[in-house]
Amino acid sequence: MKTDEDRIILDNVSKFYGEVLGVNRVCLSIPPGITSLVGPNGAGKTTLLNLICGLLRPTKGKVSVLGQTVENPDLLYRKLGYCSQFDAFPKGLTGLELIYGYLRVHGFRDRDAQQMAWSALEIVNLTDAANRKVHAYSKGMRQRIKLAQAISHRPQVLILDEPLNGLDPMARAEVIALFQRLAADGAHVLISSHILHEVDMISDRVILINNGYLVAEGNIRGVRNEMQEHPMQIMVRCDHPEAVAAKAFELNHAVEVKVHDDGRGLLIRTRHADQFYLMLNRIVLDCNLSIETVAPADDDVYSVYQYLIGTDGGRL
Amino acid sequence: MSNPLSNGLSISSEWLVWIRQALAIMRLETKKSFLGRRLVAVYFLALAPVVVLLIRVFAPLQPEQLGTPGEAGMVYAIVFQTFVLRFAVFFGCMSIFTNLFRREVMEKTLHFYLLAPVKREVLVVGKYFSGLLAALVFFVGSTIACFLLVYVPYGNGYMKEFFVEGVGMEHLLTYSSVTAMACVGYGAVFLLIGLYFRNPIFPAGALLGWETINFVLPSFLQKISIVHYLQSLCPVPLPPGPLAIISEPTSAWVSVPGFAGLTILIILASAIRVSRLEVTYSAD
Repeated sequence: MKTDEDRIILDNVSKFYGEVLGVNRVCLSIPPGITSLVGPNGAGKTTLLNLICGLLRPTKGKVSVLGQTVENPDLLYRKLGYCSQFDAFPKGLTGLELIYGYLRVHGFRDRDAQQMAWSALEIVNLTDAANRKVHAYSKGMRQRIKLAQAISHRPQVLILDEPLNGLDPMARAEVIALFQRLAADGAHVLISSHILHEVDMISDRVILINNGYLVAEGNIRGVRNEMQEHPMQIMVRCDHPEAVAAKAFELNHAVEVKVHDDGRGLLIRTRHADQFYLMLNRIVLDCNLSIETVAPADDDVYSVYQYLIGTDGGRL
Repeated sequence: MSNPLSNGLSISSEWLVWIRQALAIMRLETKKSFLGRRLVAVYFLALAPVVVLLIRVFAPLQPEQLGTPGEAGMVYAIVFQTFVLRFAVFFGCMSIFTNLFRREVMEKTLHFYLLAPVKREVLVVGKYFSGLLAALVFFVGSTIACFLLVYVPYGNGYMKEFFVEGVGMEHLLTYSSVTAMACVGYGAVFLLIGLYFRNPIFPAGALLGWETINFVLPSFLQKISIVHYLQSLCPVPLPPGPLAIISEPTSAWVSVPGFAGLTILIILASAIRVSRLEVTYSAD
């Protein structure tokens, strides 16, 4: 097992609930930055997050977070904050009391706890509702108070289970900006989300999981490049798409070429994107082609998800 | 962002942090231990004897109906050792302590504590003491009130003589201490039961049965019970029944430290159980 001090490491981790599989033989080494955990309902995302947080114990394998094993909660949770999907809070507490109480349980002194609680509430824009009972909060406010709790002790590792659920677009943008800020400061931000376009926008890496098994892991473009059985789709907008199409058909790795209906572009499916780009450079020079756009059309999380898990993988 | 606890700015020693954490848990738990519909039965058990004795105080009873103070003291001893110890404190502690962790699991709030950097032993101690505080307020308070109310009808003169010059104060302190010890012992046992059993009714029923038939058991078996040690400490011994097997009362020098030691062991066993707890109340 690696003893890397700045990584979240899962070493051949399996979790069974009796006969039922939670996750099986998962090996991961997660560096700082934003990592998204993607998979259909029941894929094992929450199980994996709970294993990393120590709320579940692996049936087999080991988990360590920045060198701390989950068997030492008093050390682990100084470094880790978890925004769980559980929408339940201790009864009768206001937002401020919840965060303040949590920080006091951490062992912070009154003054520090007060200061840090207000700071966390400010970050999630809940200062106005700080003295209202959490049970009277809306779904979005409850989501934000959970986030405030997770970040209140300023952890190096932030684990977030569906953190964008219930947030309005404005709050969502603010929360995403917060994740990006934390990641830029060197924190680990591990997010489970089903909102793929946002995952695609914010993630440095993705982990795809299905039926308890790790399907793919890494930089999304890297994962896409590994998928040789699915030709890359490249969209080109230019003034002579037919010339590009003709040249493309000369390549034996081009699988399909479709010229756009407006005659101002084409979509090519190729097994060797690099060779196509080289060819395109030559065409531009040879035919004096005017290129408006060249962009991969299926190297985002959504496409990778569709290829690896597909609609049969379950609803997101 | 830096964490003031991890970079050592606010921490003087690990012990101080543990104490602060235990107190923080107690603060959060205490409100729950005193308020809630679930506690109606506990309030009833603690207040019922007080209400009965209040009625006796205000009822226009003739001196012959009232009986002598000695008789009243004996009636109190019977009520204390049968109703208070074997019933009120037993079921009160069951209600308070079995729910300390079970309630959190049922309400899906246990992760609030399990996600904090707190040693599981500290968590158990914090929760146990919050429950103990509630049990002490309910039942030691009830014991003191009842004992005083038993002697109120005999007038201020007798009260002064009995409590200042007689054995009244000593008896009051002893009864209060025995109630406190009952809360400590039953509390620890029910904390453990609440952690090991999904439905604590059956083990609690078995324990109640054992405690109830204790007096007819052989002497060495009588010593494996909580109530035996508590009764040994009571200032007024009860007359043994026809079926009772007489056993030597255990001295306070043995029973009090033994009680404390056993309680610590049970709390440690609870901490081991909590350290293995998993949060499985989510549907993935």
